[in-house]
Amino acid sequence: MDLIESYAEELQLIRRPWTRVWVGVLVAGLLLLPWYVSDSWITIATVIFIYSVGALGQNLLIGYTGQISFAQSAFLAIGAFTFGHLARFGIPWPLGLLAAGVSAGLFGLVVGIPSLRLKGPYLAIATLGFGVAVYQVFVNSEMLSGGRMGLIITKLAPPFGLSQINFNYYFYFLIALFFTLVTYNIISSFLGRAFIAVRDNDIAAEVIGVNLTRYKLIAFGISSFYTGVQGGLYGLFTGYLEPNMFTFMESVTLFVAVIIGGLASIEGSIFGAAFVILVPQLFGMIPALNDYKELVPAVYGVTILFVLIFQPLGIYGMWFKMRLYFRNWPFR
Amino acid sequence: MTLFFQYLVSGLATGSIYALVALGLALIYRSTRILNFAHGDITTAGTFMAFTLLSLNLHWTLAFVIAIIFGSVLAMAFYFCVLVPAQRREATHLGQIILTLGLGLILQGLVSYFGGTVPQAFPFPLSDIKIYHLGEVVVSQLGLGTFIIGLLACLLFYLLVQKTRIGLAMRATSENLPAAQTMGIPTRRVLAFSWGLAALLGVIAGLFLAPALLLDPFFMLEPFLKGFAAAILGGLNSLPGAIVGGLILGVAESLAGGFISIAFKNTMAFVIIILVLLFRPEGLLGKEFKERV
Repeated sequence: MDLIESYAEELQLIRRPWTRVWVGVLVAGLLLLPWYVSDSWITIATVIFIYSVGALGQNLLIGYTGQISFAQSAFLAIGAFTFGHLARFGIPWPLGLLAAGVSAGLFGLVVGIPSLRLKGPYLAIATLGFGVAVYQVFVNSEMLSGGRMGLIITKLAPPFGLSQINFNYYFYFLIALFFTLVTYNIISSFLGRAFIAVRDNDIAAEVIGVNLTRYKLIAFGISSFYTGVQGGLYGLFTGYLEPNMFTFMESVTLFVAVIIGGLASIEGSIFGAAFVILVPQLFGMIPALNDYKELVPAVYGVTILFVLIFQPLGIYGMWFKMRLYFRNWPFR
Repeated sequence: MTLFFQYLVSGLATGSIYALVALGLALIYRSTRILNFAHGDITTAGTFMAFTLLSLNLHWTLAFVIAIIFGSVLAMAFYFCVLVPAQRREATHLGQIILTLGLGLILQGLVSYFGGTVPQAFPFPLSDIKIYHLGEVVVSQLGLGTFIIGLLACLLFYLLVQKTRIGLAMRATSENLPAAQTMGIPTRRVLAFSWGLAALLGVIAGLFLAPALLLDPFFMLEPFLKGFAAAILGGLNSLPGAIVGGLILGVAESLAGGFISIAFKNTMAFVIIILVLLFRPEGLLGKEFKERV
């Protein structure tokens, strides 16, 4: 669609002048959101930001590198509890978050090792096994999980007289923005193209000099780093951790977010995160839907069927087609 | 020593349930190369059907037969209404696996809505409390029944696959799909039959598992994952492997729970998965895979 003439242009994040304007408007709109939206929506938006970090990581792995993983709940738990224990020792949050990401990333490298030999369905099962095993370790070990009462984390105190809700909003917005920018840069660099080459044809990729072992492991490491950070952020946001927050369903939810949002697209990951957060919230908010809360997984499932059969690129695909239509209007 | 045999016997009873679940998974994997993530949820749906019919005071034989048929029809409907259209639109392999995940989520939502999320006791003709003595080893009526039905189902399944015309068609279809089509085998119907059969085995497992546990919409999740582990252990491509894998897993779990630690019992299966996949990914009885460019 876009004609790219030089490598510098390829590396550019934004290519058209008008896109700059739209992105600027969007960021400004999000920054001003607390002024014209009620507090409950601000909280929902905050949770979406937290989730989009993990969805981005999962999309790097599934969408860009083509490696399936159901171990995300394990990485979430590892990140969250690393962060929680460090926070109890009084380690400041930036270091704690980094440690959460790094510890999850190291476990990600370990889980990545089977990916060198296994493909598709087998990899799905190996990662699933790891996810469930880690969950059970946390459930059975009171030392790791902080006992029956769970792990209490002190929340950050808002500076400059901001309210707790608004402070949370800005804090998680900036972190999500940071991770989005990092992901854009990963994708447009050599690393991202190596990932895509591995996904499209691993043997051909190896022939042209992409070290399969290295890039598959890096993909697992980066993806679980993101997920670990999400776990840490989640702990910081709720102020409370227990193993039952990280069941197999949590992996499925992240997976659903990526599939519905759109495989191999960064905007899609954020759309997907918004979808999986908003749907249960809508069921809780609209009184007519209150009785049907148990149907939330069914809504995810039906959406997955529709997306995969009719719109394989997910919400991002719809958005892309819409944009193309308006850009080329009145031509088709 | 008595203790050892005691754990062995209870392990065999659980193992036969894992074997039934694993058999269903391996059957679908072998013929369509799809990992069926909805297997547990189809089973749950069937078991809940039986529960509803039982609470309407239907006789248990009738209720069980209807539940089993319900499960099979559900799986066949999924094959015809979702997988076939997806294949026509050239869905990728990963896409088809994700479709089964979607079906699983739908069923999970529907079962939670109609069945309720509160755990319920499942009325069953065999009792959990009545026990028999085999020498010094004690076995409950339910455990014995589970083991016998499990073995019987495996035997009938073996006869179906090896000795009948439809079994031959199933083997041909899983061996080489285009060749089977050229020979005039109605592969789509054969595959639908495989899906139905897999669900049937699953629902039987669910019916025997529900009285041992409490019935709630998530009661099949763990047995389903362990069925996966059993299928991997035996080799996903191999039907006898699934049975052997199920029995070995059941016994190993029971022994680990008895002699090592009860907390280790549930983690055992997942450790087995990872070890098998690392050292012998084709499983105990599976054929080694070779990859060609």
